[in-house]
Amino acid sequence: MDNENKPSAAARRQFLADTARMACGVGLLGLGVGLYARHARALPPAAIRPPGALAEADFSAACIRCGMCVRDCPFNILHLAKPEEPLSTGTPYFVARQLPCEMCEDIPCVKACPTGALDHSLKDINKSKMGLAVLVDHETCLNFLGLRCDICYRVCPVIDKAITLDPQTNARTGRHTLFIPTVHSDHCTGCGKCEKACPTEVASIKVFPLAMAKGHLSSHYRLGWVEKEKAGSSLVAPDVEHQYNLPEGMKYESGKGLSGSPGAVPPAPTPPGPVGLPRAKQGNQL
Amino acid sequence: MSLSLRPGAEAIAAKGWLAAHKWLILRRSSQLGILLLFLVGPWFGLWIVKGNLSFSYTLDFLPLTDPYVILQSMLAKQLPERLALTGAAIVLAFYLLVGGRSYCSWVCPVNLLTDAAYWLRVRLGLKGSAHISRPTRYWMLGMTLVVAAATGSIAWEMVNPVSMMHRGLFFGLGLAWAVVLAVFLFDLFVMRHGWCGHLCPVGAFYSLIGKLSLLRVKLPARAACNDCMDCFAVCPEPQVIRPALKAIDGTPPLILEANCTNCGRCIDVCSKDVFAFGTRFNTTVVPLTGVPHAAPK
Repeated sequence: MDNENKPSAAARRQFLADTARMACGVGLLGLGVGLYARHARALPPAAIRPPGALAEADFSAACIRCGMCVRDCPFNILHLAKPEEPLSTGTPYFVARQLPCEMCEDIPCVKACPTGALDHSLKDINKSKMGLAVLVDHETCLNFLGLRCDICYRVCPVIDKAITLDPQTNARTGRHTLFIPTVHSDHCTGCGKCEKACPTEVASIKVFPLAMAKGHLSSHYRLGWVEKEKAGSSLVAPDVEHQYNLPEGMKYESGKGLSGSPGAVPPAPTPPGPVGLPRAKQGNQL
Repeated sequence: MSLSLRPGAEAIAAKGWLAAHKWLILRRSSQLGILLLFLVGPWFGLWIVKGNLSFSYTLDFLPLTDPYVILQSMLAKQLPERLALTGAAIVLAFYLLVGGRSYCSWVCPVNLLTDAAYWLRVRLGLKGSAHISRPTRYWMLGMTLVVAAATGSIAWEMVNPVSMMHRGLFFGLGLAWAVVLAVFLFDLFVMRHGWCGHLCPVGAFYSLIGKLSLLRVKLPARAACNDCMDCFAVCPEPQVIRPALKAIDGTPPLILEANCTNCGRCIDVCSKDVFAFGTRFNTTVVPLTGVPHAAPK
């Protein structure tokens, strides 16, 4: 009986040892691959996914790296990530500063995707959320410096919705207006045309992946003016009409600024007599 | 001298060079032809096939998807759209017919590389080889599936040398050449048939399809075997030959092992025409008497 058991015990030992060896070796490799995959989920800021791309965690599970979107992009803006690039190998992306998305109306890249990693329910390119433009550098933006560059505003395919020019007083001169390019996340598609067109040496407005660019207000915040509109009247205390101390014949309307009342003699714009406010301060900011 | 050194020399003498290289030539034509089909798009703008081996679309009509990558995607909890699933079903059905690991020997671009490494290894007379058991590939396969499920991503595709090489050839290699070179050098210096024969989880996956597949290498004239060992010398998975050739445990003259790649090289190099392609059914043996050319095409 001993003689029968010994070889099988040895064989069992060998089997267990071999199994452990294999499990540990391959497991170690698997750990490496897994950690690498987790790292790759942190999308680098310059890499923008094609329109309709699922959120990054889902995208890395749905994209099979076939490159069909790359092939069907008529403007050849998409690349598949090479192994040395800091995002998941073989997945598609574009760099807005090099070539932005041209926002084709028929969205061929999404149609080409066989797996749905680019969501087929996206039918209107203006609804896409490839990323979000952010005016990252107020120090170099020409409009912030007081110039009327306005290029980002002009090239925006969703002009006057995704980027608006909001007038602000130029406090430096005291008499000019700054037209501040302001991005509105509910309309910005992240196509990157603004970043591409920005004339500063390094773009002052950049497109970032949505998760990186967008803040989120805590849920307990209430915006008074929104609540007021919803309720039809102020929820706190009734608004008091502000009494302005103005020269005769002038009136001030919130949102419109100063104006002469009809029939009254307009105040003479004589330089020595400082009447009214500097022109720059006559905007709706006051 | 050459008779004893080069496997297949006897077959060349018996059947002529062409007949002794028939399947090898066909196989290389298939491998290079498929690469060429993919390459004429990016090179000449002739889009017969778009995509790569993960998913390709031929003439905007035929979708072909790698079922292995789809399996990983599904384990990562993403259900692909119908087009990808249809492609995967077509590919599965195809390899059920022609043998799962036919993918390895007739389609996969890495095979060109590892075959070259093996050829060079023999030429250089490199003898030593690290030992890892052949079933390691199934551990690798399991690992890739576990990692896909655990990370919720197709993690293996980030490092898979097979898709990296194929994709790189049409979409830009980048540093993928280093990975591809590493596989070549590993096969050349570290381990005989190392990548394709021991480690590659893609091959392991296709071998599982091959367990049930129809097209098989048969040995209709196994009694004629003169033990020259040429088939063992050229076979990338020599362990699959022995049971069928030597009728071990009453094995029929049919290679049913999942890891036979249907490369057909054994058919080429056998001067006695022991081997032939056939289906897994009909396992009649040509009797010993009056054998020599029992299985002409």
